[in-house]
Amino acid sequence: MPALTLTIDGRLVSSRAGETLLQVIRGNGIDLPTLCYLEGLSPRGGCRLCMVEVAGREKPQAACVTPAEEGMVVTTGSERLQRYRRQIVELLLAERNHTCSVCVVNGQCELQSLAARFGIDHVRYAYLSPRLPLDASHQRFGMDPGRCVLCARCVRTCDEVEGAHTLDLRGRGVRSCISIDLNEPWGRSETCTTCGKCVQSCPTGALFEKWTARGEKVRAPELIPRILAWRETHER
Amino acid sequence: MKGERTNRLRVATLWLSGCSGCHMSLLDTDEFLLKLAEAIDLVHSPLADAPKFPSGVDLVLIEGGVGTEHDLERALLARSRSRQVVSLGDCAITGNVPALRNPLDREAIIREVYGVAWQPERLPALLPAVLPLHRVIAVDLFIPGCPPEPERIRTVLTAIIRGEAPQLPQEMLSFG
Repeated sequence: MPALTLTIDGRLVSSRAGETLLQVIRGNGIDLPTLCYLEGLSPRGGCRLCMVEVAGREKPQAACVTPAEEGMVVTTGSERLQRYRRQIVELLLAERNHTCSVCVVNGQCELQSLAARFGIDHVRYAYLSPRLPLDASHQRFGMDPGRCVLCARCVRTCDEVEGAHTLDLRGRGVRSCISIDLNEPWGRSETCTTCGKCVQSCPTGALFEKWTARGEKVRAPELIPRILAWRETHER
Repeated sequence: MKGERTNRLRVATLWLSGCSGCHMSLLDTDEFLLKLAEAIDLVHSPLADAPKFPSGVDLVLIEGGVGTEHDLERALLARSRSRQVVSLGDCAITGNVPALRNPLDREAIIREVYGVAWQPERLPALLPAVLPLHRVIAVDLFIPGCPPEPERIRTVLTAIIRGEAPQLPQEMLSFG
C-alpha cells in the first residue's frame, strides 16, 4: 500500500492510503475528541467534534470521514476549533434534558466528560426542555430520548454488528429520535434480539439496563470493537 | 463592634430552588471553615441569623435554580447589592433536579402535588420554568457539581480570599 506524507500540527507524519484523518491523527498520539465515532463502526461525521482545519479548505472537515491525502496540512486544535467544539457540546446540553445528577451514567458519561474537558461550567443557550417520554416497555432495557445526542452509534451497532437493524432514526433536526422497528414500543419489537450491544455503544444514559440507579450503568464501549476484531480473526 | 470597618470580605449565601446540599457541601469543608471564619463576615445566609439581605456585599454564593417569583426577586436583589455573584452547584447553573418539571405542565403539577387543598396565596408562584441563575442575572463564577465537592468550593473561596482570579481545573468542572 502506498505511503502518504502529511503535516499535522506542524509535524511531518506518514500514513497508509485509505486511512482517514482521524486514524492518522490518533495514530500519532493526538487525542482528538469524538462523540459519534466508535471504533469498528462505519464513521458518520455527525457530531463534528473531530473537525480539523485543512489548509486550502475554507470549512473545517470532520476527520472521521475525511480521507488522508498526500501533502495535506492539518491543524487539530486551533482557537477557532476549540471554540466550535465547546459550542457544539453546549448546544447538545441545551437541546435535551441532560440532568447528570440523576442519570444512570453519571461519572462515566462521554458527554459529561467532554463538557468538563472543554471547560464548560455553564451553558450559554436557553434549554429547550423538550417533553420526550421514556420507553420502558422492554423487559431488560430502557430508552430515555431526553438523554440522547443522536450519535446513532446504537443504530450502526444494531445494523452492522448484530445485523438486526431494529433501531433507526426518525424525524428531522433537533426533533429526530431513535425509533424501534416502525416506531413500536421497544417491548413489542419482533426484530430486537435483546443482545444489549446498543446499550454498550451508547455514550450517554439514553440507553440503559433497567433497575440501575444514579451512576450505576456499567459501560463497556470497547466491547463493540472487540467483537469485530474477534470475528475478523475467526472468520478467516 | 457594629459598624466597625474591617478588611474582611462581606459574604452572603442564598438558597433558591434547591435541596440545600450545596450549603451542606460548604459546611463539609472541615477545617477550612476556621480559615474562612477569620477571613470573612457571613452577613446573610440560611446558616446565619440575619434575615435581610444587606447592601455592600463583596461575594454572594447562590444555591438553587430560579423556580418561583420569590426566587427571582431575591436573585435580583442579591445581584444589585453584591460585587461578585457565584452560581453554587448544578441547580443554579443548569436548573438540574428542580428543572425536571420544565417539560411538564405547571398547572398539572400543582394539581398533582397539592390536590384540591391548593391555596395559591400561601406559597410563592411558580415560574413557567425553572431557570439557570445566569438567565436572570449576571453571574461571575460557576462551581458545578451536585453537590459541588467541598474541594471545589474551597479552591474557589481560597483564591477569592487571596484576591486572585479563581480557576477550577478540568477535573473539578463536571456536572452531576
